[in-house]
Amino acid sequence: MKTNHFDIVVIGSGPGGLAAAITAKKNGARSVLIIERDVELGGILLQCIHNGFGVEIFKEDLPGPTYAQRFINQIGELGIETMLDTMVLNLTAERCLTLTSKTHGYRQISAKAVVLAMGCRERTRAQVRLPGTRPAGVYTAGTAQRWVNVEGYMPGKKIVILGSGDIGMIMARRLTFEGAKVERVLEIMPYLSGLTRNYVQCLQDFDIPLKLQHTVKRIFGNDRIEAVETVAVDDTWQPIPGSEETIACDTLLLSVGLIPENELSLQAGVRLHPTTAGPVVDADFHTSVPGIFAAGNVVHVYDLVDWVTEAGYAAGKAAALYAADKLRPKEKMITTQPGENVRYIVPQHFDTSQLTSEKIPFQMRVSRPIEKPVWVEARIADERLTRRGLPYARPGEMITLDLKPEHFEKFNKNNSITIRIIER
Amino acid sequence: MEKDKLEQPMEIICVACPKGCRLEARREDGEILVSHAGCKRGRQYAIGEITDPRRMVASTVRISGGLHPLIPVYTSAPFPKDRIFDLLDQIRATQIQAPVTTGDVVIRDALGTGIDIIASRDMA
Repeated sequence: MKTNHFDIVVIGSGPGGLAAAITAKKNGARSVLIIERDVELGGILLQCIHNGFGVEIFKEDLPGPTYAQRFINQIGELGIETMLDTMVLNLTAERCLTLTSKTHGYRQISAKAVVLAMGCRERTRAQVRLPGTRPAGVYTAGTAQRWVNVEGYMPGKKIVILGSGDIGMIMARRLTFEGAKVERVLEIMPYLSGLTRNYVQCLQDFDIPLKLQHTVKRIFGNDRIEAVETVAVDDTWQPIPGSEETIACDTLLLSVGLIPENELSLQAGVRLHPTTAGPVVDADFHTSVPGIFAAGNVVHVYDLVDWVTEAGYAAGKAAALYAADKLRPKEKMITTQPGENVRYIVPQHFDTSQLTSEKIPFQMRVSRPIEKPVWVEARIADERLTRRGLPYARPGEMITLDLKPEHFEKFNKNNSITIRIIER
Repeated sequence: MEKDKLEQPMEIICVACPKGCRLEARREDGEILVSHAGCKRGRQYAIGEITDPRRMVASTVRISGGLHPLIPVYTSAPFPKDRIFDLLDQIRATQIQAPVTTGDVVIRDALGTGIDIIASRDMA
């Protein structure tokens, strides 16, 4: 690789990055480079060996590595360049990147357009403020997943899992498969934070007890964790005195949420959204910095990989058009306001020029569970623009609503729309 | 064995879709009756769970000469639930040699079920 200038540079090779690179190339970008810090392409999908991926994109139920492989195979066929085992140290608003790796040394490259696809990171013990000693044996569920499924190490034999996220429940089953005893899964909320099918197939199938409205009050052990003290909590997360229980264990896994990883975005001056912790984007996944796009979990955390791939397609296509100076000229920016029961909406704003030719999908999360039929309703001023009915709304399951070209004329006089989720 | 379970009504959480209906199954005059299902797929799911419960199984197999010491594998079809741990014993006793291509059969006709164990990714 001699050149230091590329049409498109994609940072990260998970499902968002792979999809963005493939679409950028197919949409006319001459040179596309993927930079990946691991030694191979694929990202976290490679350690997600369970099934359940690809039902929307491929209409098949695939394991994570197989889903990734289908995209990795296209990278070579399309002549997309890759730099593996390479870390991006810095990104500027002018789209200059500073890189370092064993094979390429220290290098500076530039791009006409950049796609951020760094994904997300797990919340750690420090971020949920667990009291007690600080022994070995307290890990995030994803770290344990990497050890068990890729590197061949078991984190321990007697396990407690804090958090009912999908990775936590999937690791409960996986560790049981490999001979460990999972003593308990604890969830501070009064409802499951992962998908119901994972509760059934990962916990219920193996009689692993789930305790809702419970958390870890204390960690015991000096060199190695020896036990945790659990406690029931009320609706305001306050411990209920007298409900403490000590559970002996040699491992505590944390499955307590994911946060978009945006250190590079901040260096480039990309504006982040306080609720999503990801870049503020328009319907092309264009960030606040011209020429810098973002795709996948770096923007907000998705439920399904298939939707990350879709986001990568949209960002990659727009990045290729931008690099060729063909991205449609802006007409008028409309902001999307979260209304009643809506925690956030992506994109946070969109240009009316896009709506004249295609539909725009909005993705959102409800702020509390509503176990009754609801309307998801877009409003402009006091008028209803469109709505769709759903049988229920839960924070763990993303909700989408499409705006269509026929809604375009309504934006003549207004600069914002509100989306709300209300009981039917 | 499965019949004994139905002497009492049995609660089954349906996973045919993400809604997660709590079904109730019971046997009456030899017939399985399913209530609380939100759609007809729920009934099929409950009957499958009672008569022949199966699950997709994913695990890893030791590989030598590859980038990593393990390669992920999965069942070509849902596997009988009560034999999953026997299957895992066989998977754990298996060792293969790189290179491997996605879809390669690692164990053919596992435990005589007609279900193959296949590689989830390429590994050189």
